[in-house]
This record gives sequence, C-alpha cells and structure tokens, in this order.
Amino acid sequence: MKFKVYRYNPETDKAPYMQDYDLDIEAGDKMLLDAIVLLKEQDDSLSMRKSCREGVCGSDAMNINGRNGLACVTPLVSLQEPVTLRPLPGLPVIRDLVVDMTQFFKQYHSVKPYLINPEHPPETERLQSPEQREHLNGLYECILCGCCTTACPSFWWNPDKFVGPSGLLQAYRFIADSRDLATTERLDDLEDPYRLFRCHTIMNCVDVCPKELNPTAAIGHIKDLMVKRMV
Amino acid sequence: MVNRVVVGAHYGLRDWLVQRLTAGIMALYSVSFAVCLLLQTRGGYEGWAGLFSGTVSRSFALLFLLSLFYHAWFGVRDIVMDYVKLDGVRLLIHVLVILALLLYAIWSVQILWGM
Repeated sequence: MKFKVYRYNPETDKAPYMQDYDLDIEAGDKMLLDAIVLLKEQDDSLSMRKSCREGVCGSDAMNINGRNGLACVTPLVSLQEPVTLRPLPGLPVIRDLVVDMTQFFKQYHSVKPYLINPEHPPETERLQSPEQREHLNGLYECILCGCCTTACPSFWWNPDKFVGPSGLLQAYRFIADSRDLATTERLDDLEDPYRLFRCHTIMNCVDVCPKELNPTAAIGHIKDLMVKRMV
Repeated sequence: MVNRVVVGAHYGLRDWLVQRLTAGIMALYSVSFAVCLLLQTRGGYEGWAGLFSGTVSRSFALLFLLSLFYHAWFGVRDIVMDYVKLDGVRLLIHVLVILALLLYAIWSVQILWGM
C-alpha cells in the first residue's frame, strides 16, 4: 500500500513536507493504525500518538485522506491510495502527526466540565431516574479526541474564543445532567457572540465524529434553552 | 492596555433569533413575489410598477428589504469578526457597514414610494 505522510521536525526541517512510503501489507481486516505501526518500524523517526488502539483513548486522531478520524478504528480497506496522513488541522504541530492540544483543552476546561452542585452531598449517590439518565446518552461518550473541533472552520479562525463542538457538547452534557445545578451560570457563560454563536451549523463535527455523536444537536439544545429562558 | 483574550459580551442569542426571523420573512416574500410575477399578465414597465402599486405590496416589499439589510448586517459582521483581527479596523468596518445599510434602507423607501 502507498502512503503519503506529513513530516515535520521543527529542530531539523525548515518547512513541513510529504514523505512517500510503500508498505507491504495485506489490508484484510487490519486498521490504519496497524499500518502506521509498521511504517514506524520501517522509519523510526516518524512520530505519532497512540495508546488503546481500539477507539477509546482518542490519542491517534489525525487527518486521514482529508478527513479527521481515529487511525485505530479506520479499516485499511476503506482507504483510497495513496493514503494521505496529516496532523489534525488548526492546531500547532509539535512533530509529524503530533499536535499541541493545549488550546483544545483550554476550551474544554473553560466550560467547567464537572458536576456543580452546592447542596450537601447525600449519604449515598445522587440518584437519577432512568429518564434523567437517558438525557446523557450521546453526550457522555465523547473521548476528547479533537476530531470534531479541529474540523470546524469557526475553531480554525477563533481557537482562543470559540469553545468548539467538543467543548460545547461537554457543556451541554452538564446542562442536561439532572444532578447539576449550575444551568443558569453555564448558559450565562455561553451567551457570547464568540463562545457559542460562532457555530454556523455546518456540521463538519457530526460528519467526522468517530463515536458518531452529534455536537450540532447539543449546540442546538443549548440555544433552545437560551430562547426558553428569554421568552 | 494589557493584551488579554476577552469574551463574555453577553449578546448573540437575540441576533441569532432575529437572523432566523428575517430569513423566514425573506423566504416568504421571495415565494409570494415569484407567484405574483407568474400571475402577472401585463408586461413592460406598467406591469412591473403594478406589482408595487398597492400599500400592502409596498409595505411587504419594504419589510423584505429591511429584513435583508438586517440579515446582511449579522452576516457581514460575523465575517469581519472572523477575519479582521485589529479591533480599531473592525469597529471602523462595522460602522461603515451600518451606515451603508441605513442608507440602503432610506433609499428603498424612496424607490418604493416614488414609483
């Protein structure tokens, strides 16, 4: 199989370049990550992130043939040759396929992604009815791989101000949680022309999410709640 | 002045809502205007001017144009917010766009009621 991989080592390279690789591999039921690991055996200067190799940790998010995704859950047979691998767009490149996700996590932390409940904690767990728990489905599964946020042009233009689809999905995850009591503060924090309203519903996020989540719908629910409290 | 990333202007919802409302008005007018145009039997200037002769059709046309200008303001402002990074230049462009749109609105009234 033929591969074209983005290479950049800021210590030795003046500019990034694309390197061609030819790999003797039978696609079969193998995933792209298997091929990248073999590429790294061939050329150990190639840098990338990986960990769980089963779509749970989100480390190996990258731009595969122009589309963000996780290498470990992308079947080789689904890819057109030459397979072009680039780092996630819109974030600074540390080296090759490794990007600096500081800005991504800054936005994630800005939505206070934890339960806020000033009431005295009960003796046992804070209970939820099955219906209340149901609201968290499609929200809690996010693995923070960054595929959606780095596919969003609004994040490319304003990474320091727009929360991004992943952060907004997480914001709604806590707004939707019956045990969280900070809905008003969370809505106040997001009512901003940049933080929330840079989303113009182009749905790149939905298109690329490897967990098949829908950040656009979550953003829509946040807007609905804002309208509800205004009228 | 210190250089900080500042957010929290606490507006956006109303603009977003009004943008949807104005889009709805424009869609409604576009369809009804197309229907009127198809049903129009008189040709030439007479026919065209006839479409804007009644107070109702003029008012509806003005509502459409005002919606268009208001909608355009949000769209252009969003583009400027994305691409113009210098605050002073951005503010200047915002002011110029508002003035241009206000002039268009005045001009629209003049055209519609001067026909």
